[in-house]
Amino acid sequence: MSTFAHRQPGELYESQKLAIWYFVVAVALFGAQIIFGLILAYQYIDPNFLYQKLSFMTNRTVHLNAMIVWLLVGMMGGVYWFLPIETGREVVGIKLAKFIWWVIVAGVTVVVLVYLIVQIGPGTAFTLWFINEGREYIEAPRWADFAIVAWVAVFLFNVVATTLASRRITGLLGVLIFDLVALGALYTAGMHYTVNVTMDQYLWWWVVHLWVEATWEVLVGVVMGWSLMYLLGTPRKLIETWLFLEVALVFGTGILGLGHHYFWIGTPEYWIGLGGFFSALEPLPLVAMVVHAVYDAGAHRLHTINKPAMMWAVTQAFGNFIGAGVWGFMQTLPQVNLYSHGTQLAAAHGHFAFFGAYVGTVMTLVYIAVQNLGKRVQIPLNSKLWPWAWGLLVFGIIGIVASFTISGFAQTMVERAELGSTWYAYIKSYTHPWYTNTHWWRFWMGMLFLLGYVLLVWDLLTIGRKRTANATEGAHD
Amino acid sequence: MDYSWIQIAVAAVFLSVVITLVLSRGYGWLSPTFWRNAAVVSSLIMLFILMWLTFDTTEKVRPGASQVPTWTVINHEIGLVWNEEKRRQVPVVGEQTGFFGKVYSPEEAFALVNKGKMTLQSRNCMECHQILGNGAYYAPDLTRAWLDPWWEERVMPMVGAKTHEEAMKIWLMNPEKYPQGQRRMPNLHFTDEEVTALVAFLKWMSAIDTNGFPPRFGVAQ
Repeated sequence: MSTFAHRQPGELYESQKLAIWYFVVAVALFGAQIIFGLILAYQYIDPNFLYQKLSFMTNRTVHLNAMIVWLLVGMMGGVYWFLPIETGREVVGIKLAKFIWWVIVAGVTVVVLVYLIVQIGPGTAFTLWFINEGREYIEAPRWADFAIVAWVAVFLFNVVATTLASRRITGLLGVLIFDLVALGALYTAGMHYTVNVTMDQYLWWWVVHLWVEATWEVLVGVVMGWSLMYLLGTPRKLIETWLFLEVALVFGTGILGLGHHYFWIGTPEYWIGLGGFFSALEPLPLVAMVVHAVYDAGAHRLHTINKPAMMWAVTQAFGNFIGAGVWGFMQTLPQVNLYSHGTQLAAAHGHFAFFGAYVGTVMTLVYIAVQNLGKRVQIPLNSKLWPWAWGLLVFGIIGIVASFTISGFAQTMVERAELGSTWYAYIKSYTHPWYTNTHWWRFWMGMLFLLGYVLLVWDLLTIGRKRTANATEGAHD
Repeated sequence: MDYSWIQIAVAAVFLSVVITLVLSRGYGWLSPTFWRNAAVVSSLIMLFILMWLTFDTTEKVRPGASQVPTWTVINHEIGLVWNEEKRRQVPVVGEQTGFFGKVYSPEEAFALVNKGKMTLQSRNCMECHQILGNGAYYAPDLTRAWLDPWWEERVMPMVGAKTHEEAMKIWLMNPEKYPQGQRRMPNLHFTDEEVTALVAFLKWMSAIDTNGFPPRFGVAQ
């Protein structure tokens, strides 16, 4: 077992039992996200499919919200998993944590049912408070915003109180607390209404960008740091030094990199230069993460106690760099972005980045947790099924991203460069063969992705159970 | 603001590096302390600059200041002209023509645009369209929707409207009856008041100076 050991195999802290619930809900919502994504993909092929019943906008709302919630839940689950190990004690306030967790599960259920059944409301504050806020990514009605803030506050309290009770603050805990304060505070920037759409979007990006491109990336740095200590036994000093370097680069480039969302929303021209400069540097921390992962894995000659988790950790490092870094850089310079902004290229980047950075992280965490469940302790954790699940998910997302990228290039060229960005130009671009050819391709790649998901769930339920069979297999490694 | 973006960028990076080096005297660049200092210093400096720029931006995007029009722009003719110095289109406000045959006072115009924004959010428009380039990519970008020549060339004769605003109103209330291309907008059951307000919002938004986005609007080859 690694130096960053758990308690006796199969014996879990209450906090880790709660983490299991976080992971169960995360994986379930992942499934919901895929199903709604497939409906969207089919609506591109046949726009009449479920037209006026479950229109594109409704499905996309659920597709996005399921994603945000499951990834955040997965990463928070990772913190609840590792926090008692890091502090050597049970999490303070675990009862409160359990209580608010079930409040959140109930709340998410209500929000989704309202999205699906009520869908839209009158143009009044009532709709914004109780049905849908109508702002992409943070569509959740205002009452749910307060629930989310309370949830993050309890989470932050638990981390701080547990750290204080353990009388020892590590670098990882320091970064985690620093990051959670920012994460919670930034969410409140999205909880307001203003008629001025420029100001609306200015602050909207504080949630969307500063979550996804700053505080979430740092949260990933923390949970992946713990994961590498567990998987490879990497020394703490090395992990913490890299983490500090990553924070310096993520916040150093990402905070003003926010400017790449301020090119075209009616904000002053200086954002074009500032946003272009700092966002062009944003891939730097992602390069650092790849170097770190490759170095660690190489230094330990890939000897790990958990094969699927290790594979997902490596996938995370490369996926984050390629999806967030390369696909982001591809369209971040304002000279390019003027033409590519608001096209399918943005969707290509979004799919690749979220998969690489966050799906990879949560999968690593889930496989680590699975290894420590009940009678499933097996070292190294391995199965015949997980490489298929991993392979289909990775292949599927690459296919989906490729189709978005190609339709994005076609849209950029036809709609923006040639035809002048009007309604007519829009119709000409989305009916262009280079664009329509990608529809089916995207759908079938989505089906492969779904198959990968089914195998993933099957593997999570069965891996490590056949101890004798797998123990023989492990002996060959 | 008296500083260019290059000055701000250079100052931000320079200050982060110098303060980190000063605070980390005696520690090698491979030590955790050095990078902990770098993390804290760069985060705080970037955050400080963001706050400072936010104050400046907030001033400049106030309706009627340099970037965003006043609410009463809905009473006027608006358009885009090519600015040769900036090499991009900029919005221009022309003579007063009224909106749906009426001239709105500043208070009335504000109330109308505000209602339009509420309507936009309540109907989840952003989940198919883009607003200032942001949103989903299933329906057209609405940034310059009011200025789209399609309304006059195609929609006005199709719905039998006499004015631009009337054409938008009739079409928005019955999108399923007048499909444009394969993808159709669902009927979002706007009331008369809501759709008038929504058209006002779209007109107001079309007059925001977006630094040239979307590019070459309405200039087909």
